[in-house]
Amino acid sequence: MTAPDRASPLPAVVRSGAIAWARRNLFKNVTDTIVTLVFAPVLLFALWRAARYVFITGRWTIVRENLKLFVVGRYPADDVWYVAMGLIVFATLAGLIAGTVHARAAAAAENPHTPGVAERVRDLAGRLWAGLVAVLLMLALAKTVTPWLVALAALAAGVVARMIGARLGPRALVPVLVTTVVVSGVMVWVLTIPVGWDEWGGLMLTMFLAVVSIGLCFPIGVVAALGRRSKLPIIRAISTGYIELFRGVPLFVLLLMANVALGFFLPPSWPLPSTVVRAIVVFTLFTSAYVAEIVRGGLQSLPRGQTEAGQALGMSPPRVTLFIVLPQALRNVIPALVGQFISLFKDTVLAGAAMGLLDILSVAEAITQQEQFRGQQLIAETLAFVALVFWAGSYTMSNESQRLEKKLGVGER
Amino acid sequence: MTDASTAVRTRPPLWRDVRALSWAYQLAVLGGVLALLFWLYRNVQATSDQIGIPVGFDFLDQPSAFTIPGNSLRTSQPVSDALWQGLGNTIRVSFVGIVLATILGTLIGIARLSSNWLLSTAARLYVEVLRNLPLLVIIFVTYSAIVLPVFPPIEDAWIVGDLAVFSNRGNGLPWFEGSGWAVIGVALLAAAGAWASARWRRSVSDRTGELARTGAWAIPAFFVVAVALWLAFGLEITLPERQGRIISGGIGVGPEYLALLLALSLYTASHIAEIVRASIQSVHRGQNEAASALALSGFQRMWYVVLPQAMRIAIPPVGNQYANLMKNSSLGAVISYFELTTVTRTTVGNGSPAVPAFLLALAIYLVVSLVISAFVNLANRRMRLVER
Repeated sequence: MTAPDRASPLPAVVRSGAIAWARRNLFKNVTDTIVTLVFAPVLLFALWRAARYVFITGRWTIVRENLKLFVVGRYPADDVWYVAMGLIVFATLAGLIAGTVHARAAAAAENPHTPGVAERVRDLAGRLWAGLVAVLLMLALAKTVTPWLVALAALAAGVVARMIGARLGPRALVPVLVTTVVVSGVMVWVLTIPVGWDEWGGLMLTMFLAVVSIGLCFPIGVVAALGRRSKLPIIRAISTGYIELFRGVPLFVLLLMANVALGFFLPPSWPLPSTVVRAIVVFTLFTSAYVAEIVRGGLQSLPRGQTEAGQALGMSPPRVTLFIVLPQALRNVIPALVGQFISLFKDTVLAGAAMGLLDILSVAEAITQQEQFRGQQLIAETLAFVALVFWAGSYTMSNESQRLEKKLGVGER
Repeated sequence: MTDASTAVRTRPPLWRDVRALSWAYQLAVLGGVLALLFWLYRNVQATSDQIGIPVGFDFLDQPSAFTIPGNSLRTSQPVSDALWQGLGNTIRVSFVGIVLATILGTLIGIARLSSNWLLSTAARLYVEVLRNLPLLVIIFVTYSAIVLPVFPPIEDAWIVGDLAVFSNRGNGLPWFEGSGWAVIGVALLAAAGAWASARWRRSVSDRTGELARTGAWAIPAFFVVAVALWLAFGLEITLPERQGRIISGGIGVGPEYLALLLALSLYTASHIAEIVRASIQSVHRGQNEAASALALSGFQRMWYVVLPQAMRIAIPPVGNQYANLMKNSSLGAVISYFELTTVTRTTVGNGSPAVPAFLLALAIYLVVSLVISAFVNLANRRMRLVER
């Protein structure tokens, strides 16, 4: 470093980007400087401790040994290829949807911008880095090469399907969505061939509970929201009662109750529903109350003129709701719905605690009692792994929903 | 063809009259819902009869047959007493949690907007990490990775003077002799005294224009009233003491309570921080600039100009977070903190009928939620912008 040249006509700050940046952002005035000087050592110490834990002191053998339990629970080892097949199928479906959605967006845009491969990869990595880190970490912990092959196959299937989807064009979206629902249903049935879903566990069970519940609670939530906005007093009272009752009570107590008492609400002659079904019933009833409130917000944000214009065209009330009001209202609340999905994704761990399902968090607790790991205080390591998986999933989804919010221009019109 | 006047008077046939149809439709839906509820009720009755469990709330008078660590419940006391104590524990953790989460969340929300890069990044990191983890994971971490390892075993507990005992089996702090009701009564009366003095200061300020300084009056007023009542009623303080493997006297603060409190406050603070940030950002920039032009300091700008306006926007969503925190306290059951859910679960395990017991717990949670939202609505109405 040389001393700044005092004779130079240029101000000295411009020379060094880093120093100018530090001046502006860390040492602007006396208070800022004090805050920086106090905080920097604390943060550095925390970072150093975290890094030391991850790379040196953490005993990660327990996670490595139990990776299969974390991912698929007690699914029989000989039948894990069912899960691998399912993964590839779901990747294909996701790719198809992504492709057709993209084609739709491109068709709607005035001057479509087609990015190159490098740009596309950079864009995806920037958006999905947290999820990628979690997946790569799990693959790095794997003891055999098979998970790598499965991951690569799923990736390849997804990429190819996306290209096909983009070729199919914007009009294919509805058929693709219908296909997705049908194929997913068939796939879930195929996955129950080796063992029923009460024997599922780990991340697989978590995803299954979250996706099925969100799919079921969406129509109920929309109906309840429409009911609450209805002009008919009894319908409004029933919808409001349903929504407020479920929003005022804790999910965990509902799950506990469903676990011991759901059988009481069915006729004695009926067979008891399985644990997974009970969990899904509770998640659906509970989350649909929240979805209803979100959708109601979307309905309220719509100007009255939209309904009136529909009526002026001579459309019947159901047609106005279905073709004019709902599409616009739902478009406005997509980010909030994603937020609700994230909550549900995180709340699935409650099913493990309340009903004894072997979800990923229960695995983290249970494996510390294995013979080779007992009494070693390894709960911190297993919890850290579970926390990373959930964090990566929720963070990626919330980032994507913020991006969607910007893209849809919610609240800008 | 009929002429116009008769067309107005004749009503359409019943099956095409919109009003009649809408009522028929509503009654049909109502009938369906009532039939469903009745069907569920009948099923509960039939199943209970078959198993031989009585339906109804008689179990509330049966002896509870369990004790609650840190509470005075005896096994001979009825289940209803156990539920009251459980509710008390729920409120104890929720109230303190709400206070802590509000303070922490507001500070972090403000830090998020700091011009200091280090501070805003640290706050952002906090929010992004905590908000995206399941609360249950956070509870397990605070319990088994923070609270249990930090405190020593009971054999070599830290004893601070004669005032406090800390160990991983429980912590004892000085507390008042006698029932909690006396303490709550004194606290309420002291709060009323503080409120009255603040109100008086405000009216003086309105009349004369001198500074209100409500804080400088209300806080001492609280303590003056509290000490006066304390002396008048002769409340006594008990000190905790270690006796073998248990701590007696004082107020017990178990590791479960601390872990749950910590987890609830940290988690809710991350949500409140985001609300506070968004509310501050939605205050018009001109407000801040005008305050700058009046030469207010950074703290004054925030405290007197920006925060009061941000609060108006923040109150409803923050109120939701308060209700969420209270409902989330039911997760104390996973670390055996005896709040309402754990008590219900225990009494069901002891043979109380499951359906009424859980319905009662749900109803209590619903009532507490409604009370919280009533307070929030009250605050909202008082803070609302009065427009002409």
